[in-house]
Amino acid sequence: MAAAEDYPEGLRYHRDHDWARIEGDEATCGITWFAQDALGELVHFEPPAEGGSAAKDSSYGEVESVKAVSDVIAPLSGEILEVNQKVVDAPETVNEDPYEGWLIRIRLTDPAEVDSLLDADAYKQFLAEQ
Amino acid sequence: MLQTPLHGRHVAAGARLVPFAGWEMPVQYEGVIPEHRAVRRDCGVFDVSHMGQFHVEGPNAGELLQSLLSNDLDKIGDGEAQYTLLTNERGGIVDDLIAYRIDPYHFLVVVNAGNRDAAYAWMKEREIRGSEVRDASDEYALVAVQGPRSIERLSLPGAKPFTHAMGEVDGIEVMVNRTGYTGELGCELMCADEDAVALWEAVVARGAVPCGLGARDTLRLEVCYPLHGNDITQETDAISAGLGWTCALGKDFTGADRLREIKEAGPERTLVAFVMEEKAVPRQGMPIAGGGEVTSGTHSPMLDKGIGMGYVPAAAAGPGNELQIDVRGKDRGATVVPKPIYKREE
Repeated sequence: MAAAEDYPEGLRYHRDHDWARIEGDEATCGITWFAQDALGELVHFEPPAEGGSAAKDSSYGEVESVKAVSDVIAPLSGEILEVNQKVVDAPETVNEDPYEGWLIRIRLTDPAEVDSLLDADAYKQFLAEQ
Repeated sequence: MLQTPLHGRHVAAGARLVPFAGWEMPVQYEGVIPEHRAVRRDCGVFDVSHMGQFHVEGPNAGELLQSLLSNDLDKIGDGEAQYTLLTNERGGIVDDLIAYRIDPYHFLVVVNAGNRDAAYAWMKEREIRGSEVRDASDEYALVAVQGPRSIERLSLPGAKPFTHAMGEVDGIEVMVNRTGYTGELGCELMCADEDAVALWEAVVARGAVPCGLGARDTLRLEVCYPLHGNDITQETDAISAGLGWTCALGKDFTGADRLREIKEAGPERTLVAFVMEEKAVPRQGMPIAGGGEVTSGTHSPMLDKGIGMGYVPAAAAGPGNELQIDVRGKDRGATVVPKPIYKREE
């Protein structure tokens, strides 16, 4: 069952419809409710290699629905510490809750990049203007 | 963008609308996967009013169609229907269609939305004395009701596949065609444009789940029904596409000579069905190692795997053969399987 539209406070958002939960020098990243809704039911997550790196504004993986495939854009740069194996095994986890269904966890290489991300209100405003 | 008479119903139901062959059509309502499952398990309903309907009438209507269509129309009688191909001189496929025989002097042909103009022009230019082709697409709506419980939900009598008769659903007069594009029991209901909304609402009230073009595509691909524009085109022939069974090579029709040659020599490449052995979704246009190409690909909701069809060299076409598909730069393993890919467990 799909989740209701939600953009939690406390997360930071990228205009390519990705979110990051910042904890110290680490961040957990995923796609927003808007992104999963636009794609439809996810059937595949092509993850990056753990230990590799993610570069802000660049693709680190792919998410795929029945109808379409989409690059996942890194909201921040960092070393990839962990891939969410639960989403690899059951991609629909993301549709059920896009904020529980995180995709990767990274160690930030440039924490100052966080300043360029939107907060929940700014992201909602951004969506309203689309 | 063209709209069917049911466009307002789709908008009201919150469907996601996309452009398709010049029409604005619902791709999904609740989601492709639940809609797909509804059709496999119970009953779904699709607006396919964008498809084209031509009347072919006159004392020589049958003769005209026999010369243009690949299958032998003399095999069917009044009240029966036939899957057949409109072919070009090269043996290529102008369109694949279903011909319904109303009586010996009147046939209805239902063509793909994307080929409506091309197919109409092709047939109209080749009319013979005593035959007339008329595009009546704008007069009719077409609603496909598909699934194991579809006929009981509509309270229709049982009937053989590929037959048709006039009937009614909750007082609405319809032509009930026992045809479809899902591999399931079902029918396609044709009605006057002005009755379309009432028919749709009646069918939904009887428990059919509204389904979009997304599920229509996954359903047809699981049972390996070709999609014109993807798996078959003006440049592909019926023999290579595995549609030799629709070609009555004992009669004369456009391109028959070429098709006889291809059959005699054996096709160089063949349209095969395959299942991915790795987690990946094949898509139209992806190369297959060894000189092939994916023509249709998706994620199968029933198998929970990537599936597809594509042309491969004839030597690689046997079931069990392993294929490597180039999925955005990564080779992914797949296995050729017999058609259909999905079969109901009896």
